[in-house]
Amino acid sequence: MEAKKIGCYICTGCGIAEALNVAALEKIASKEQKLPVARTHGFLCGAEGLQMIRDDIANEGVNALLIAACSHRVKTDEFERFGTPLLDRVDLRDKALWVQDISAGKEAKEDLQMMAADYLRMGSVKLKKMNAPDPFQDEGFSRDVLVVGGGIAGLTAAKEVAATGYRAIVVEKSPALGGMVARMHKVSPTLPPYRVLEENPIQGLIAAVQGESRIKVYTNATIQSTKGAPGLFDVEIKNGDTVSTERVGSIILTTGYNLYDASKLDARLGYGVSPDVVTSLEFEEMAKAGQLVRKSDGKPAKRVLFSLCAGQRDANHLEYCSGACCTYSLKQALYVLEQQQDGAAFMLFQEMRTPGQMEEFYRRVQEEGGVIIKGDVEQVGKGASGGLSVQITDKLLRGKETLEVDLLVLATGMISTVDTQDPNKPSPVGQVAEETAKSVLNLEYRQGRSMPELKWGFPDSHFICFPYETRRTGIYAAGPARRPMGIAETVTDATGAALKAIQVVEAVAKGAAVHPRSGDLSYPSFRREGCTQCKRCTEECPFGAINEDDKGNPLFNPTRCRRCGTCMGACPQKIISFANYSVDMIGSMIKEVEVPPADDEKPRILIFACVNDAIPALDMVGQKRGALSPYVRIIPLRCMGSMNLVWIADAMSSGFDGIMLMGCRHGDDYQCHNVRGSALAEIRLSKVSETLNRLQLESSRVKMVEINIMDADQLPTIINEFAEQIGSMDLNPYKEF
Amino acid sequence: MADDQAAGRTILVVGGGISGLTAAVEAAEVGYTVLLVEKEPQLGGRVSQHFQYFPKLCSPSCGLEINYQRIKNNPRIRVLTLAEVEAIIGQEGDFTVRIRQHPRFVTEKCTACGECGKACTALVSNPFNFGMDQVKAIRNSHAMAYPNWYFMDADYAASAEARSLPCPVGAIDPDMTATVLEEKVGSIVWATGWQPYDAEKIHPYGFGRHANVSTNMRFERLANSYGPTAGRLLRPSDGKEVKKIAFIQCAGSRDHNHLPFCSRVCCLASMKQATYVREQYPDAQITIYYIDLRAMDRYEGFQKKVETDPGITWIKSKPARIDEDPVSKDPIVIGENTLTGIRYADSYDLVVLATGMEPTSATTARVPGNNAAYDEYGFVVKGGQVLSSGCAAAPLDVAGAVQASTAVALKAIQAAAKRG
Repeated sequence: MEAKKIGCYICTGCGIAEALNVAALEKIASKEQKLPVARTHGFLCGAEGLQMIRDDIANEGVNALLIAACSHRVKTDEFERFGTPLLDRVDLRDKALWVQDISAGKEAKEDLQMMAADYLRMGSVKLKKMNAPDPFQDEGFSRDVLVVGGGIAGLTAAKEVAATGYRAIVVEKSPALGGMVARMHKVSPTLPPYRVLEENPIQGLIAAVQGESRIKVYTNATIQSTKGAPGLFDVEIKNGDTVSTERVGSIILTTGYNLYDASKLDARLGYGVSPDVVTSLEFEEMAKAGQLVRKSDGKPAKRVLFSLCAGQRDANHLEYCSGACCTYSLKQALYVLEQQQDGAAFMLFQEMRTPGQMEEFYRRVQEEGGVIIKGDVEQVGKGASGGLSVQITDKLLRGKETLEVDLLVLATGMISTVDTQDPNKPSPVGQVAEETAKSVLNLEYRQGRSMPELKWGFPDSHFICFPYETRRTGIYAAGPARRPMGIAETVTDATGAALKAIQVVEAVAKGAAVHPRSGDLSYPSFRREGCTQCKRCTEECPFGAINEDDKGNPLFNPTRCRRCGTCMGACPQKIISFANYSVDMIGSMIKEVEVPPADDEKPRILIFACVNDAIPALDMVGQKRGALSPYVRIIPLRCMGSMNLVWIADAMSSGFDGIMLMGCRHGDDYQCHNVRGSALAEIRLSKVSETLNRLQLESSRVKMVEINIMDADQLPTIINEFAEQIGSMDLNPYKEF
Repeated sequence: MADDQAAGRTILVVGGGISGLTAAVEAAEVGYTVLLVEKEPQLGGRVSQHFQYFPKLCSPSCGLEINYQRIKNNPRIRVLTLAEVEAIIGQEGDFTVRIRQHPRFVTEKCTACGECGKACTALVSNPFNFGMDQVKAIRNSHAMAYPNWYFMDADYAASAEARSLPCPVGAIDPDMTATVLEEKVGSIVWATGWQPYDAEKIHPYGFGRHANVSTNMRFERLANSYGPTAGRLLRPSDGKEVKKIAFIQCAGSRDHNHLPFCSRVCCLASMKQATYVREQYPDAQITIYYIDLRAMDRYEGFQKKVETDPGITWIKSKPARIDEDPVSKDPIVIGENTLTGIRYADSYDLVVLATGMEPTSATTARVPGNNAAYDEYGFVVKGGQVLSSGCAAAPLDVAGAVQASTAVALKAIQAAAKRG
């Protein structure tokens, strides 16, 4: 690799020249930091300024750029497209000039100058410590996609993967493809006018998958073990006594759902009282067979009562709504109304949930004579003339009544078939989590065989913005395995998951990260001889990227890594680093800050700010020209999870008086893009008083705050109050050393 | 195959809200080239006007910001703002599209330093805040706006002052005119989203006549610290604190006279807005009038959480009308409780109408030519030349829009690979 040659370019526009002694800054770059090229320009982002930089790249061999101008929020196209992997932007404008009121006089101006000088120093040393990442490559990378589950979700995913030009392998545990939908009669409307039942698409889909040369199907098969990482998954597929191994790049979990066990429902619902109380799936199979009859005596089932929310939205059974059962039951009501002469359908509901265009379908069923009642089943008994006598409460007519019906259909809810584990209880140190006999994937991961759970047994990791994400890189869940959903949504979901599965194999091929640091080519490396086998990195990685060898040394899987740096933050030995992000790099930035002697009575406060939310919020402070204490120095971190406690000691021994950590909200509604980063930082920080005590410093010198991206209005108060509090304490005695 | 395709046809995504952003970013991160066209000066669409998302009560800017980062880091995505697709010729695999680029009156030289805004004396009604306050005629649409690049209103560009505005980098150009671009693309994703249903059309509720009848989208802006009241929930007529507030669900939704469909999100949005009220006013009385509470699948947990607030009264009823007390300007909600049969006439400080989503593809964002299939509400459905996603295809929550747009990104990739 060619030697690094740093060019420093200081913009003097946007008021920088008026507020700062630019010549002094240039001197810091050239003389103090000894950067081989240091230039200033009055309009650096203009054509001439950019050309100056391009000329230096071409003629001077500059290959690392230190752009001292404005925030990364602006001018990215201008400043971040030079094709040099080594780049840092020193934000003189938004985070220094704009947050300091220099009209206050000479001292304020001097403070600003010191701030700008420190940021330039920090940027210089950061760039010196930064190396271009060498993307992780392996000759064994596969672009094939494994689809686990051969129902409508899995078949759709496989078909879409193949239609995009990739190979798919489908593993289905039963003898035939088709899953739950193959047991169904018709499907609810997906097309305008949203009033007509549609033919079941499953047989056509099965045929399409079977006729596609890019799809390989295993039936009667389960996954015995899943080893490896994206691009390099080795999956053992067990089919009877035969075990085949397939190398795949990514995995889609489409194992679908089990219905809630109707025998566990409240006795009032009558399941088991009579064979004429059936689940919605049993009813579906009867409709498919053209046998809408009473199971008790085979007489036609003309009057059918549907009870929605059979166990759903009930703390004793399923706490959630299954999303699709209202529409599904309306469809079944229509079977009765369309297929049976003199058919009558009664529906008991809590809240009728037919979102979107399905409202029109609901209207159709009402028009067809479906009797829709807000109410509950109270008791189920045998009917006078066979069938059932069902006592119900009608909440609208405010009374009890008894319905004589042929069948009672219970719309039981969906439970994901993916095995999950509580992500907040990491498996015991040194042990692989207890074997789950029914694990779908049997992941050979140090953090356990199962998928980490978000809520209620579902394996995704983001409710809102990134619904396909899980905490196992390259493994996506789709359909009711991911969250309760109906057939039309499942088809969409499986198509989206197919995209994610393709995206990850393409990223892996380039050695790049996927969400949230998409495209990042760095990955952690580790200095084995320094490892004490403490296992913190393997335990704390939010994505289970690190396995362990027999001796407890970490085994990194670069393609599982999301590049958050949590392992680096966890490591007490400081032996984990990225080419362009390391404990040494941040530590050196801290040490590069020029701390004034105690006599000057100017404290220094270090802020570690998460690049995802805190840094944009700080940018907003600048845009709004909020005033921040002139004593703060901000260092952006990839994620609070990468915060290594040694930096606290570094900062204190360098003479900083206070330290603030700005991370994202954690807890149940966490906002950390890396799930656990800010939570882990807080846990680590709880141990910091030990370090501070050793240094004989007050633990109140270090504070963590949870920052929301919209907190720009509160940030000046949060920062300045902390600065005042620090200012009211004695200065850090280590300044003298 | 993937590598060959990466060099292939471009995917055009129309609409830069959460759906269009998602489709663009997801396709580009597989390796495809994307042209993202947005008619507003900046990306973000409807979600950027929201204060918080349910169920986590977090800021939409957080998710938008990371999508913007992905765009910044990805040279495969080209963004055109203030741009609209005027014509589509050809078929899947081989389209030529004509795009009109409206003048921004500020060139790419802009550094968002704000000097022009300081000097500008012209105030205009702020569309981002639904006209509830005024803004400078040269500005960014909001604080987190991307691209972070000022624009000028067209009327103002014709004024003398526009010519004399200071700009340290010479980025202001009041003489800028519209341009028309022709682009070759392989597939088209229509992701033009929704607009709030016009509440004035729901005549009995008196929006527009009664000062203190507002809408859910306006309420999002009121709650936002960047909104017209800097985040304080105050009633419009007199700026009074809101101690008694009602939310009316299905205001114009599930109604053949207005929007026959259910907009899916409004129940959850009102529950979320009830938490905004509670945050500011621990003693406020909140009433929610509803037909059915639609907190689908796991959002049920959010409903359960909001239901623990003892200060919320839930009334199953579609109110018949809203009157206004002529003196206090208090709105009076009149109707019958469906569960008890009891008639009510309840007075409030403020009433928020939970209006639904009208697809913009039904009105202002029709697909040019004969290239789309629509349902009777104006949503773009399967059957035409263009693909659709997000709220251009169906009323969806954010997670649903992202889910659908990720899926459509794959269909767009497949379609772009077809050779015309």
